[in-house]
Amino acid sequence: MKYSAAEIWLVIVGLGIGTFLLRFSFLGMIGNCPLPEWALRYLRYTPVAVLPGLVAPLVIWPAATGGAFDVPRFLAALATVGIGIVTRNNLAGIVGGLAVLYLALFSLV
Amino acid sequence: MPRSSVSAAYWLGFRHSLPFLLVIIPFGLLFGVAASEAGFNLTEVMGFSVLVIAGASQFAAVQLMVDNAPVVMVLATSLAVNLRMAMYSASLAPHLGAALTWQKALAAYFMVDQTYALAIQEYERRPSRTLPEKIAYYAGVCTPVCPQWYAMTLVGATVGKAIPPQFALDFAVPITFLAMLAPMLRSLAHVAAATVSVAMALLLAFLPGGVGLLIAAAAAMFTGAQVELWQQRRRL
Repeated sequence: MKYSAAEIWLVIVGLGIGTFLLRFSFLGMIGNCPLPEWALRYLRYTPVAVLPGLVAPLVIWPAATGGAFDVPRFLAALATVGIGIVTRNNLAGIVGGLAVLYLALFSLV
Repeated sequence: MPRSSVSAAYWLGFRHSLPFLLVIIPFGLLFGVAASEAGFNLTEVMGFSVLVIAGASQFAAVQLMVDNAPVVMVLATSLAVNLRMAMYSASLAPHLGAALTWQKALAAYFMVDQTYALAIQEYERRPSRTLPEKIAYYAGVCTPVCPQWYAMTLVGATVGKAIPPQFALDFAVPITFLAMLAPMLRSLAHVAAATVSVAMALLLAFLPGGVGLLIAAAAAMFTGAQVELWQQRRRL
């Protein structure tokens, strides 16, 4: 990580202010002005549009192995998604994913 | 009479949000660990959790900074993760829009997935609630959840460095993301958006810091919206 302290705080404060403005937007400005249907349709997909793309390279090319594909990490990722879809529970996904990761790491090594 | 119904609403919100502690505690810990492993000092790690208070975007910012993405790209991508908050804000506006500005500012600051989800459920279940009751319920929901986010970040940032590398904590971040993501895959349109996001992000991984991800996210949002429209037309 190569950033000056000023750049780091620019990110933190910028993200803080930007996020607050997104949260305050409709609540603060107007009492009751519904978003147009097309805008809602795009906003609905922002988390599933950003997070999978962010995480995919981390799963396929993990930094900890110098970017080499790693079977335990890949299995753990699959398990987390599978458990998350079935249980609809964040915590179950984390616990299950970590369990598979450690089982695979310590049995394959 | 009104005073007691307001306090009852507060404690109802408080009780409703207690189960979310099971999610907030590990997420907060993991964020503290991930950010301090990435090289942020304690003040900076706490700066994220106190000023931003939005887990997924904090993880996104830290991950992009590990990859040395330009500051503009870090901000653009992390804010894109939080675009859904505008939708939450719009959906709470009919219920809390008449509150005082400072109350709405506080409600906005504490607006996270969990507090929003509980509040909107309650407001739709009992539309007859008065404004003070709605505000009290919201405050009750925030009380257990939000301070824990700060506290657990602090714990994670403090003990994180003591955890040996064999525990593969590098992978706590992807697992946390995937665990947040999987329950969101609730329709064909969501799955299509996620698939496009993964495929494009991998194909465009050669592009410098964060550019490929922004293109992938835009394409994935477009895909989700179009699939939804297509499904609606077929149903009609």
